[in-house]
Amino acid sequence: MAEQRVHRVTAPLSDEAVAAIRAGDRVLITGIIYTARDAAHKRMVESLERGEPLPFDPKGAVIYYVGPTPPKPGQVIGSAGPTTSVRMDKYTPAVLAQGVKAVIGKGYRSEEVKKALVQYRSLYLVSTGGAGALLARQIKAARVIAYEDLGPEAIRELQVVDFPTVCIHDIYGGDQYAEGQKAWKLA
Amino acid sequence: MAVRELHVDQITDAVARLVQEANFVLSEDVKLALAQARQREESAVGRAILEELVENYTIAETESVPMCQDTGAAVVFIEVGQDVHLVGGDLKEAINRGVAKGYTEGYLRKSMLDDPLRRKNTGDNTPAMIHIDLVPGDKVHIAVDCKGGGSENMSRLAMLKPSDGWEGVKKFVIDTVANAGPNACPPLIVGVGVGGTFDKVGYLAKRSLLRPVGQPSPDPEWAAREQELLTEINKLGVGPMGLGGRVTALAVHIETMGCHITALPVAVNIECHSHRHKHTVL
Repeated sequence: MAEQRVHRVTAPLSDEAVAAIRAGDRVLITGIIYTARDAAHKRMVESLERGEPLPFDPKGAVIYYVGPTPPKPGQVIGSAGPTTSVRMDKYTPAVLAQGVKAVIGKGYRSEEVKKALVQYRSLYLVSTGGAGALLARQIKAARVIAYEDLGPEAIRELQVVDFPTVCIHDIYGGDQYAEGQKAWKLA
Repeated sequence: MAVRELHVDQITDAVARLVQEANFVLSEDVKLALAQARQREESAVGRAILEELVENYTIAETESVPMCQDTGAAVVFIEVGQDVHLVGGDLKEAINRGVAKGYTEGYLRKSMLDDPLRRKNTGDNTPAMIHIDLVPGDKVHIAVDCKGGGSENMSRLAMLKPSDGWEGVKKFVIDTVANAGPNACPPLIVGVGVGGTFDKVGYLAKRSLLRPVGQPSPDPEWAAREQELLTEINKLGVGPMGLGGRVTALAVHIETMGCHITALPVAVNIECHSHRHKHTVL
């Protein structure tokens, strides 16, 4: 594989920044991102079905699939690595349709999500699963903005600096899991 | 032999300590396996991920923070010596109190629900998944495996036909790992149970994860099969975090049991690289 290209982007993301990123590129995110996982996605999509808005401005937004550990006294956030994305597949197309430009998790996505990423010109990014202590260092502030009763699954607004991700699916239909694994598979 | 009295509060305290240690300090066997993987990995992206994992567990250990945000379901294997008299209360309640204490005091994430469909968080990470075994002697052995959901979800069980044989078992294990891919946070430790009944085979697969990573089965024939599976799995190309590479699994552990003439049960319990297992003897 060629040298990995690195992009430094600001969240919320612009359409231009998204268009420049290809599957396999490293993407370092600075700015505001939102946490949401299983239960929060269920509620978000239910509220959209009732014609209510999302609890944050979706335009250019980045959603991080994470349920952090509780912070110790003096900590901004506890351990905060990505959770498995496939559980969000059922809800993702509806969320992308609102203008969300990237989602961060780990693992494979469904065919429907891959199509929706191309259709809505959004990115699927992953960060290193299990590296929650390391990733938490890039989170400089955190506050709950919705669904507080969901505990670790509440929606949080995070301020991040150089949050490290790799692009798996770009807006052109690229698939880095398929490419990367094909390159190393032995007969 | 005289009966030895042991207060269950000691079990509560031991469980509380073990669940925290498991989440903050990666065991030496897993650290060694990751270091060897770093040597073996040819993919630059794969090597970078393995380096991140080393940095991650170093931060976790130094700062006493969980290495992964999913601090797991507490799976507790407890072996009680026949010559031990447990006093002071109910053993299972004592274990659950220990889980609640450890997860609360350690600022670990509470991920357990009261009911699989009503889905209300219990708030203290109970119930623990408890396996109790009565063994000879006057000691109590406690092992905990803090089992993350991402890898657990990619685990599978099959009731094969006897004619499927080793080839059938092999195919099922490899297919399960290939299907898990990046979802399960590779490099993985693959726990395999073969034999027994439907309920026992899952237990065997889970229990095999308690063995130090890479320690072969004491049965040379099965040890060779573990090696064969590891070699095949590492040909898949999945690599660290599924981004491609030579190291998909760090080890394969198989535990076996006799079974019915009609049966060939096989279970694959997949474990992520944040393999949080700790044990103690009281």
